[in-house]
Amino acid sequence: MENVVNAFKKIFDKKHRGRTVSYLIVFAAYILCEVMMLTGNMTSQIRNLLIPCCSYIVASLALNLCVGFSGELSLGHAGFLGVGAFSGAVISGLLVDTIPSGVVRLILAMLVAAALNALLGFLIGIPVLKLQGDYLAIVTLAFCQIIKSLINNIYLGYDNNGIQFSFVENKLALGEGAHTLISGPMGVTGSQRISNFTVGIVLIIIALVIIYNMMYSRNGRAIMAARDNRIAALSVGINVTDTKMLAFVISAALTGAAGALYGLSFSSLSPAKFDFNLSILILVYVVLGGLGNVTGTIIATVILYVLPEMLRSLQDYRMLIYAVILIAIMLITNNQKFIVLSNQFSEKMRNLFKKKGAENHE
Amino acid sequence: MVFFSYLISGIGLGSVYAIIALGYTMVYGIAKMLNFAHGDVIMVGAYVAFFMLSRFGLPVIPSVLITILATTLLGVTIERLAYKPLRNASKLSVLITAIGVSYFLQNGAQLLWTSSPKIFTSIVGNGSLSLFGGSLTVDYATLLTILVCIIVMVALTLFINHTSTGRAMRACSEDQGAAQLMGIDVNKTISITFAIGSGLAALASVLLCSKYPSISPTLGSMPGIKAFTAAVFGGIGSIPGAFIGGLILGIIENLSKAYISTQLSDAIVFAVLIIILLIKPTGLLGKPMSEKV
Amino acid sequence: MYKKGIEDMKKLLVLLMSVLCVLSLCACSNNSSSGSDSTPADSGNPSAMKIGGSGPLTGGAAIYGIDVRNAAQLAVDEINAAEGYDFFELKFEDDEADPEKSPAAYGVLKDWGMQVSLFTVTSGAGAAVAPDYDADYIFAITPSGSNTALVYSDSTNYKTNFQVCFTDPNQGTGSADYISGHALGSKVAVIYRNDDAYSTSIYETFMAEAAVKGLDVVYEGTFIESDTDFSTQLQAAEAAGADVVFLPIYYAPAAQILTQANNIGYAPVFFGVDGMDGILGLEGFDVALAEGVYLLTPFAADATDDATVHFVTAFEAAYGSTPTQFAADAYDTVYAIYQAAKTAGVNGDSDPTAITDAMIAQFTSMTFEGLTGTATWAENGEVSKSPKAVIITDGVYVSAE
Repeated sequence: MENVVNAFKKIFDKKHRGRTVSYLIVFAAYILCEVMMLTGNMTSQIRNLLIPCCSYIVASLALNLCVGFSGELSLGHAGFLGVGAFSGAVISGLLVDTIPSGVVRLILAMLVAAALNALLGFLIGIPVLKLQGDYLAIVTLAFCQIIKSLINNIYLGYDNNGIQFSFVENKLALGEGAHTLISGPMGVTGSQRISNFTVGIVLIIIALVIIYNMMYSRNGRAIMAARDNRIAALSVGINVTDTKMLAFVISAALTGAAGALYGLSFSSLSPAKFDFNLSILILVYVVLGGLGNVTGTIIATVILYVLPEMLRSLQDYRMLIYAVILIAIMLITNNQKFIVLSNQFSEKMRNLFKKKGAENHE
Repeated sequence: MVFFSYLISGIGLGSVYAIIALGYTMVYGIAKMLNFAHGDVIMVGAYVAFFMLSRFGLPVIPSVLITILATTLLGVTIERLAYKPLRNASKLSVLITAIGVSYFLQNGAQLLWTSSPKIFTSIVGNGSLSLFGGSLTVDYATLLTILVCIIVMVALTLFINHTSTGRAMRACSEDQGAAQLMGIDVNKTISITFAIGSGLAALASVLLCSKYPSISPTLGSMPGIKAFTAAVFGGIGSIPGAFIGGLILGIIENLSKAYISTQLSDAIVFAVLIIILLIKPTGLLGKPMSEKV
Repeated sequence: MYKKGIEDMKKLLVLLMSVLCVLSLCACSNNSSSGSDSTPADSGNPSAMKIGGSGPLTGGAAIYGIDVRNAAQLAVDEINAAEGYDFFELKFEDDEADPEKSPAAYGVLKDWGMQVSLFTVTSGAGAAVAPDYDADYIFAITPSGSNTALVYSDSTNYKTNFQVCFTDPNQGTGSADYISGHALGSKVAVIYRNDDAYSTSIYETFMAEAAVKGLDVVYEGTFIESDTDFSTQLQAAEAAGADVVFLPIYYAPAAQILTQANNIGYAPVFFGVDGMDGILGLEGFDVALAEGVYLLTPFAADATDDATVHFVTAFEAAYGSTPTQFAADAYDTVYAIYQAAKTAGVNGDSDPTAITDAMIAQFTSMTFEGLTGTATWAENGEVSKSPKAVIITDGVYVSAE
């Protein structure tokens, strides 16, 4: 009995409260969505947004690991997302006859995408992490553009004789049993949509487990120390480059898995999507959610992803309003008066709860 | 000879990047912020210039002056409303706000002027200069752009090195806190920098559109990113660096299009950028960063 | 470097509050509008047939989406006026020409109860929802999505999906045939946009047909959406000795190419496809630069036949701009749906499956006379219309058949 109570205490104690809340939110959202789907209360619009939303959540969690925890501004996560999406589509396309089960192929695709991206993240990380600050951001942006250009020039397909690949020029000559997997700038068309919501939620949970375990581990503390003061961290013997590399590789791998989930939720996929603007979009989710704030990232991603959809009734004005909201939020949250007011507010709330807690105790 | 004509058109493209990069590098050097809305200020400038020249039929000089006035006003307004309240906020907050401003300008322009492109009439006509008996041609827009670039570069350098406002700017760029202690009005200095940067955007828009005449609400975004890359190439914050970075970027882009592959030119440009930054982490002419303890 | 800023929860709080405010505003506007557009049940007329559709209303491609929406609305209004009651009701959603956004737009339309669809304006966005229309069995006909991936894929034919514009293969083959048949030149250069489905697939079919016809293609240049500098491609084409330049692209970059070719003094024969239409209407464009340009187009806004004059006048009066071929195709699409619905005798009260059945049956059997020519449809949804070649002379299209 004592153990159970202690375990419960550990779940709800101050240090782990954030973690519990984020798991609870994800579970609650999952159950709510499933119930709505079962009872037929979910609109087709929302239903079509669920899986991409899960991918964006994982991608922004991964980016938060990089920007928030590790302190390295990456503008290149669209590239990782793109590699994940395309490698996932290729895996699924290749195995379509061998493995009929969609879920198995999806999981396989996500694993391959994650592994490929981990490798890519490592290779890119070697030069990138030598740089600092804005220069690091620019180099990740450059890698993102290079990845996009390269995917733009890949032609891949298979027929009964095997796989064919060509670069820059479309030299595929597919015979009997032809399947085109990637067709240069046109990307992937007509692929099977095998992503499903449950797998998306599971991926979010996995991302949460990885990120929280990392945060509360020795490595995590080293990463944050290196972020807060590089020189101090170096002086106490932390290998800053290694710890940052660890965060970067994990971030890339998670983004890759998210990319595979994303790619396999659409029947067509174009490389042009994975450009600088997509990186920025995810970055906006992360910054508004709060650097280093996991629960915040999840909530901000959901709200900002759904917001343009909810603004549809404004027709041509919706993206203008979206921009205004974005600017307004940044201004209000950084307004000194607002910060003071909200601090007072949260102080009051805390006192209120404390009093109640104290009374109950008596 | 064909090589030289590729080289010259590369310089033409590069000169446009250079003049946009000057605006980026100014603002970054002093305010230490990536003003992603700079490309969109150029877009607005292009529309203003178009209306002055084509709709109202004003002569070139008044049109350009009105455009400079318009973009400066726009730049100062943006700075006052969106960036100034964030002076003490984190860098990322400012970055996201700049992106919000960029979205706002693009979508606003689309609502005001529709996304149907308009064709700008070059302010120097569509002709070109023939060299070596016509085997090499340089269009007037390129010549003008390079000329303006050099004038602007020299003027900016003189301004920054030899006026008290310029000195204040250099002080702010070195250390804002110390500058403030020395009695420099940091806020005002940053605002002036924005005004100058936005005024430069007007020149950039007239020159950009004289060379590439199609005007649309998304006109500024890609040249903006390329010019930003050019600024980093040359060492962000350095004025001659922006000029050299722009030219090199334009030349690499055009030569790789001509001799390697039009499809891969972007990849090559960015690969060269990465290599340069690995060799010189602060760009070609950038000052080395010193790490403070 | 990028330290955790100020307390993050406050940001979220603001985010939540502002979003709630906006959403409640939207909800209000939704309610007010949905109250007014329901047809009175006691008028004795059937309820309006719901036509959905999506296209880019914001972003770089918005010009096409807005043209399609406006022209479709014009046709719907005309039909409703002629019928004396609301025969059609149109709902057009923004998809930003993005394959990621079109499924959501499709969801909105499905929730609304769309019975017939104008599909999507652009091919990329359309390919993402093509299987949905087939799966949900809703008849969809795109005015302007020219890629064949919209109507069939490698393995399946989407039986509900149809096209009104020329298909890309149709245009590529037609162009190669015309260039070789009329001996426009001996050496051909192609400049196309390789991140665009439209441009790339015309290019591919053009090359295939060029090989058959023995055309000598001496240079192939590409560019991407954001490119504005075409001097390298033009110089390379000139250096290769090309005297015909084939431009399977839209009119905005084409205008840049014509201007820059003029700047370097390169004057081959330029040959465009239907995307070139609209170039003469560009504000500020010097039409002298387009002198002698050939293009394949189904529609010319300055044609003098009654139908075109009526359409152009009405469109200009309503929206203040000259319609492009996108608009003409959209106008035709609504009238084609109207013709099919009238012949089959279906209306907004009919069973959804019956409407789709009737539409498919009608479209595969009927002949439609529209602004963009006489059209019939094959089983697979492709349209059969013959592209017409025109040459630009003194700023107007002159038939070049």
